[in-house]
Order: sequence, then structure tokens, then C-alpha cells
Amino acid sequence: MDRRKLEEAIFKGLMFCSIFLVVGSLLTIIGVVLIKGLPALSIQMLTQIPQGGYYLGKEGGILNAIVGSLYLAGGATALAFVISLPVALYIEEYAGRSKLADFARLSLDVLWSVPSIVFGAFGFAIMTFLGMRASLLGGIVTVALLILPIMVRAMDEVVRMISFELKESSYALGATKFETVVKVVVRQALPGILTAVLLAFGRGIGDAASVLFTAGYTDRIPSSLFDPVATLPLAILFQLGTPFPEVQNRAYASAVVLTVIILTLSIVSRLLTKKLTKYVVR
Amino acid sequence: MNRKLTELIASKLMLIVTVFSVSLVFIIAFALFQRGSRVLMQVSLYDLLFSSAWYPTRGEFGFYPFIMGTLWVTALAMVIAIPICLLSSIYLAEYAPSKVRGIIKPLVDLLAGIPSVVYGLWGVLVLVPFIRNYLAPLVGAKTNGYCILAGGIVLAIMVFPIIISVSEEVFRTVSNELREVSFAVGATKWQTVKHVVMRKAFPGFIAAVILGFSRAFGETMAVLMVVGNVPQVPSSIFDQGYPLPALIANSYGEMMSIPLVDSALMLAALILILVVFLFSVAARIVLLRIERRAM
Repeated sequence: MDRRKLEEAIFKGLMFCSIFLVVGSLLTIIGVVLIKGLPALSIQMLTQIPQGGYYLGKEGGILNAIVGSLYLAGGATALAFVISLPVALYIEEYAGRSKLADFARLSLDVLWSVPSIVFGAFGFAIMTFLGMRASLLGGIVTVALLILPIMVRAMDEVVRMISFELKESSYALGATKFETVVKVVVRQALPGILTAVLLAFGRGIGDAASVLFTAGYTDRIPSSLFDPVATLPLAILFQLGTPFPEVQNRAYASAVVLTVIILTLSIVSRLLTKKLTKYVVR
Repeated sequence: MNRKLTELIASKLMLIVTVFSVSLVFIIAFALFQRGSRVLMQVSLYDLLFSSAWYPTRGEFGFYPFIMGTLWVTALAMVIAIPICLLSSIYLAEYAPSKVRGIIKPLVDLLAGIPSVVYGLWGVLVLVPFIRNYLAPLVGAKTNGYCILAGGIVLAIMVFPIIISVSEEVFRTVSNELREVSFAVGATKWQTVKHVVMRKAFPGFIAAVILGFSRAFGETMAVLMVVGNVPQVPSSIFDQGYPLPALIANSYGEMMSIPLVDSALMLAALILILVVFLFSVAARIVLLRIERRAM
């Protein structure tokens, strides 16, 4: 009798330790980045592009990477959205419970597991085939492919939750399938769709391996789709790679910027979901 | 009539976009094969996989040290992550009051959203000095801190959220009747978890682990930053290593200048996607079965 209770107690203790480790590692990661990065963060960092000798510790900031990342992730999210929404709707509403739908989900899940460096290599292969140089456009397309499965699967989950009765009422009024999908399903799924978009944007802005070959790097803010573009993750990587402590400090500050963007996205998407789901018919 | 036409066009367009997205993974594999096959004509597959000679300028492309580097880092990450994730997800699914779960689950999700570069930065700032100054002297190993162990720990933390969220879902699909039957014959909560819930949820947990594995296998940036990037076959966790994804990422400059390097690297990417493909298809099929049974 006692042994059973003892075993229960031991394993409960181990469970607490595990959870503590998981949550603790999250908190130390965010904590360390903030502690190291905040002192190095300045207005100049956020509002200037690198000046001459920036990577030796001279004047300048990482505005090029901040704006570049926003352009890149924004463009990729928009492109992925245009593809994802029809795919999610088709899988759920048109393909239904068919073999095609199962196969589509499986294939997208596999795509979700594909490492981002492979997307980078693929993007690079396509771009050299087309004779393109590393550019904002190349980065946008590559990152869009990377976040496509995340977005589709997240949308798929919400579209699936929409009640059958609601769609039936729409059909009863004589609406076609497409009209029902656009006017009822999409409207009902809107909060979930928004969350999916924010999730994908967060993934897109944080990924480094896929843009390494495809987006290039530059100290300027791109003025066209065919210019190379700097991104925050690569800015962190390159600044960390220099032997100068002042520049390494800027890598920590850049990491703060990136982390704050990610945290904000995650909090906003949570709040939005709560706020918008108030109006959804159950 | 106009509405019918819209319907027809819209549904066909959606079908086309869907077919494109679904075949994307095959398109990627095919494109990589196309580009990678050039090196296969010059170097035998056996040499590519099992030779340790990586001298691109001499046309020798041996992936063996890089494959071993990947396997060491990934295996170590799984050894660390499996027990922690198992216990955490059991706690979340079986023990935690719903309030506690409501706090911890968003935090775990947050962990999934942190960019890999930030994980790598944390590894460089915390893990590497810790291993160099404390852990390695403690066991009598010599290392500058950039080693397989650092890569393994960073990777383990990165796969926590994947394994925990999937396996917690799996534990929750186990029906309550089963638990009640076990309680009714006098089992404690832990005995119920161990003999009933775990047995029922075991395939699903394995699937979660495989998903974590395939994420860890291809992770590039975070590992690249802490693992040392020395092309050698590691013999201990304090050795430096050079995983395959890191090789691809670091060889960008050479890709343009030395012939066949781009082809060899595309082949390396093809190896990554094939391994990930096999593992994740297996995991997803197991999970799909569980989902079906639960419905």
C-alpha cells in the first residue's frame, strides 16, 4: 500500500520538475534576451540604417532589418493568405470527407515538417533556374511556401468547427455553395482565420534559414521587389558573428526587437480571438 | 445562370490551388533531385553517404561526418526531450487543474513561436559558457562550449512544445470510462496512468515524438550557432559537430563559385526532405487512426 503511494509521490514530483523545466526554459530565454538586449537598445538602433563602419562598432541602427522583415513577412503572409484560404475552404467544404481531403491534409502536414533550410534550397534552385538574384520577391515567395501549410491547417481547423445548421439555412435560402462559403463560412470563421494569419506572420518573420539564400542582405531599405532585403534574424546572426563586443550587443538588441514583435503578435492574436468570437453564432 | 457560372469557375479555381499546394512537397523533392542528380553522376551514392572526405574543390563530397553530426544532435535532443515531455504532458492532461493548464498551455505555445535565432542566441549566451566553465570541467572533458551537447539541449527545448501539445491531445482522447474502471478496481491515479492511459496512448505518444524528431532533424540556425561546425565524426557529446542543415546554410558562398557544390548541397537537402517525409508520414498516419477511433 505504502509503495504505491510512494511511487505516485515520486512521479508527481518528477512531473513538477518537468513542467518547471519547460516553463523555466521559456522564461530564461525571454529573460536573458531582455537583460542582455535592453541596455543596448536605443532610439538610434530603431530609426537608422547602418552607417559606414557599422559592423566595426560605428554609428547606425537596424532599421533596414526591421523594415525588411516587415516587408518580407507581410508580403509572404499576403501571398500565403491568397493561396491558403481557397485551399482550406476547398478541403473542408468541397472535398469533404473524401480521399482527396485526407490526402491533402497529410501532404500539408508533411510540408509543415519540411525544414526551412530545404525551402531555402528549393527557392534558391528555382531562382537560379529563372536567373533571378537574391531579392525581396524571392524571399517573399519562399517564406510564403514555408508558412502555407501552417496557415492552411490552422484555417482548416476553424472552418471545420462551423455548424452544419448554419450552412443548411444558407442553402435553404437558395444560395449556391460558393455563396455560402464566402458569405457564411468565411464570416463565421473570421476570428480563426485572423489568428491563422498572425500565427503564420510570426513564423515568417522569425525564420532565418529560408531567407538566407533567397532574400540576400543589404544595409539599405529595398525600394523594389527585385532589391535584396535585410531581415532581423539574419541581422542577429551577422552581428553576433563579428568579433566586436559593441556589435554583439546590437545583436542582443535586435533579438529584443524580434522577440517583442513575436510576443506582441501572440498576445494580440489571443485578445482578438476572444473579442471577435463574441459575435460568432454557435 | 450567372451565379451557376461563378460557382463553377470558383470551385475549379479552388481545386487548382489545392492541387498545387498538395503537390508542393513532391515538387520540392523533384526540383532538389533534378539539381542534385548532377553530382550523383560523378560521385557514387555510397561515397556520398559514407565517405568522410569533404573537399569540394577536389570534387570530393562525403556527407558522412555531417550525417553523423545530425544524428548525434538529434538523438541527444530526443533523449533529453522524451522523458520531460512525457511527464509534462501527463501532468497537463491528467493531473493539472484546469486553471493551471490554462496558464501553462499558452506558455508552451509561446515557446513554439520563439524564432530559432533567439534560441541560438540563448544557447550562445547561457549554454555555451555554462558547458565550458562548469559542466565540462566537472566531468573532465575539454571543450570551448560549442559542442553536440549544447546543440542537443537547444534542440530539445525547441521540440518541447510540439511533443507536449500533440501528446497531451492524445492523452485526452483516452476515454474516461477506462480510467473509471481502473479506479473502481482500486488502482491509484498513477497506476491508472501507467497501466491504462499510457498503454492506450502509447502509439500516439510515439507519433508525437516522431514529429518532434523530424522538426529537430532539419532545424538549422539554432544548432548552427552552438554546435561548433567542425566537420568531424563526433565521439562524445563534448565534441564539436557539423550537422547537415548547418552545412547547407554555411556553404552559400561556395555554392556560386565551386562547380558541383550547389548540386551536392541540393542532394543534402533532398536527403533531409526524404527522411522528414518518411517519419512525418508515419507519425501522421498513426495520429489519424487515433483521431478516427476517438470520434
